[in-house]
Amino acid sequence: MGLDRRVFMKTLGLAGTTLALGKSLTAAGKGKDSTEFYGILYDSTRCVGCQTCENTCAENHSLPAPTDSPEAGVIRKTDENRRTVVNLFKTTKGDVFVKNQCMHCNEPACAAACLTQAMYKTKEGPVIWRGNKCMGCRYCMVSCPFDVPKFEFHSANPKITKCDMCYDRIQEGKKPACAENCPAEAIMFGTRRELIHEARKRIGEQPDVYSDIIYGEHEAGGTGEVYVAQVPPIELGFKTNLQNESYPALSKGFLYAVPSVFVLLPVLLLGIHETTRTNKNNQNEGDENE
Amino acid sequence: MKMSNITYPIAKDNDGKTIWKFLISEFKPKGKIFTPFNIISVPVILLGIVLIVIRFWKGIGSITNLTQEVPWGLWIGFDVVTGVAFAGGAYVLTFIVYILNNQKYHSIVRITVLNGFLAYVFYAGALLLDLGRPWNVINPIIGNSFGTSSVLFLVAWHFLLYMLAQLIEFSPAVAEWLGAKRARKILSGMTIAAVIFGITLSTLHQSGLGALYLMAKDKIHPLWYSEFIPILFLVSSIFAGLSMVIFEGSISHKVFFNQISEKHHKEQDGIVRGLSRICAGAMFAYFALQVLIFIHQKRWDLLGTPMGYWYLLEMIGFVLVPMLMFVSGYRSKSINMIKTAAILTMVGVILNRLNVTVIGFKWEEAIRYVPSWMEVVVTLTVIFTEIWIFRWVVRRMPVLRDAPLWAKNQDK
Repeated sequence: MGLDRRVFMKTLGLAGTTLALGKSLTAAGKGKDSTEFYGILYDSTRCVGCQTCENTCAENHSLPAPTDSPEAGVIRKTDENRRTVVNLFKTTKGDVFVKNQCMHCNEPACAAACLTQAMYKTKEGPVIWRGNKCMGCRYCMVSCPFDVPKFEFHSANPKITKCDMCYDRIQEGKKPACAENCPAEAIMFGTRRELIHEARKRIGEQPDVYSDIIYGEHEAGGTGEVYVAQVPPIELGFKTNLQNESYPALSKGFLYAVPSVFVLLPVLLLGIHETTRTNKNNQNEGDENE
Repeated sequence: MKMSNITYPIAKDNDGKTIWKFLISEFKPKGKIFTPFNIISVPVILLGIVLIVIRFWKGIGSITNLTQEVPWGLWIGFDVVTGVAFAGGAYVLTFIVYILNNQKYHSIVRITVLNGFLAYVFYAGALLLDLGRPWNVINPIIGNSFGTSSVLFLVAWHFLLYMLAQLIEFSPAVAEWLGAKRARKILSGMTIAAVIFGITLSTLHQSGLGALYLMAKDKIHPLWYSEFIPILFLVSSIFAGLSMVIFEGSISHKVFFNQISEKHHKEQDGIVRGLSRICAGAMFAYFALQVLIFIHQKRWDLLGTPMGYWYLLEMIGFVLVPMLMFVSGYRSKSINMIKTAAILTMVGVILNRLNVTVIGFKWEEAIRYVPSWMEVVVTLTVIFTEIWIFRWVVRRMPVLRDAPLWAKNQDK
């Protein structure tokens, strides 16, 4: 019996540890406090495609300046050397420019995916990457519904790169470089509440000019970057099949099941083991008789 | 080499001085040097080592075809996700033998646990090759960087703990090899705890490997994505693991013929038949689940596409057909049919895991990811090195052959 008790206590101890770990499983990505996230409202009707945002972004992050310009029919993508790009689309309402970068989701899939908290949603709103924590597994890239994080595949010391909403500037009380320098005032920085309010106001005041969809208001559980434009998002290369629930919610059910399994399954296994023991003893006797 | 009356050097003379001599003599190769396996594996391993050096020197992109859109390729999809499914035999067999106390399969527990343990060591090793910043790999284990909302965090911890559990399960064999009687007694007393812990960990991380892909909802072809991926991965790991046990057993019984006692040789066919029945049962449950998901998600429209035919091939050709073959092989006592079914099942599991992780991942992308020959060579290097270590252990420790008499007396 001594052994049995020991085994049981061990199992119980292990199960307890996991339960304690399990409780904090959903701590990240769930912000019910009253802190207001900062975000950016981008207005396609104002953008003139001058690439000032691209240039100033490159300058601020010590990256090479862009060498190509927006062109209809060509999709320029962000990569390890550019964190924002402007594309040109031919739409039902003529030429429309769209800027792309990290969407800074309210509940980012990348941060929920990160097993070291390297990808991190700051309380100010920007989703940032912390190199001293990252192990380069690229699970953030697999999880991000917008395919935003990029990886330096040709470096021995690779980084995950993406727009960080100029987090260092925000901490100094300044606006992100693109918002600060946009000559057309197409990029507006503020709290997300202000931005949604402003977006609704613009649409409401000029319903003929704007499409009535605010992209990012609900997509992927809501994003820090929100868009208004002349035409619906589908004409501008946006992903329109995204769910309105946040992406971390997809694996929540599984993670919630973990603590229960960890407590109940060992007990069940131990129970079966105990009840089948007589079986084993009978067989052992049989072996000895051989 | 006479295996039946092998002597255990340290068991006789356990004063500690001969341990080093014994170990050094054990490190010398045993068996033939120019076997077909050696002739093929050595050049591949050497080439693989060169490629791994290049990978750490010039970056992952220097030898892989990975892209910004497809950041996980063959090394994750095959080495880790598929490899771990095949290593599932260890938890299923320890469940049958130690939890259900079914002694019929006792003789193959050790080799299966060894196989599982090495699989985890090497596939976790393969994971290190795929990490861009492997020097930070300890971050989720120690320190203040716990990403507890991540499925990968769970999987990483479970890999680590499960390797420990398997090491404890296997450790009596090491103690018997070294003749360490006291250690063996302590270690074998820990077996049940390790087994219970190990099965729980396996349940969670076999399903966890599927849960990794839950957030990639829009990136995986709808025929392979559902919220039930974790359960499908768990159930399929049962027959994936057991098919591997059948396959590995049929090879081991040829290669290590002289290690296996007459009694165990005779038992083998009965064991294979028993396993085929369990495989068929698990596959039936898996197939039924797949059908349910298919109907629930109203996937009929997707069947008439190339990916639909591919899905049908996987489900019928490599799940339904081998399942029926397992049943028929069990009834007609045809071991060859069961072995064929096991191989078909393994192909099916490889297909399924690759369909979720690589083939069906970003299936609409204009430029598809196809692994480079260098990725394939590195994968083969990992597999071949594992087989080398496996062979080294089996030839030295009482894995397939009977435990020494003193160990048997200890268990009474």
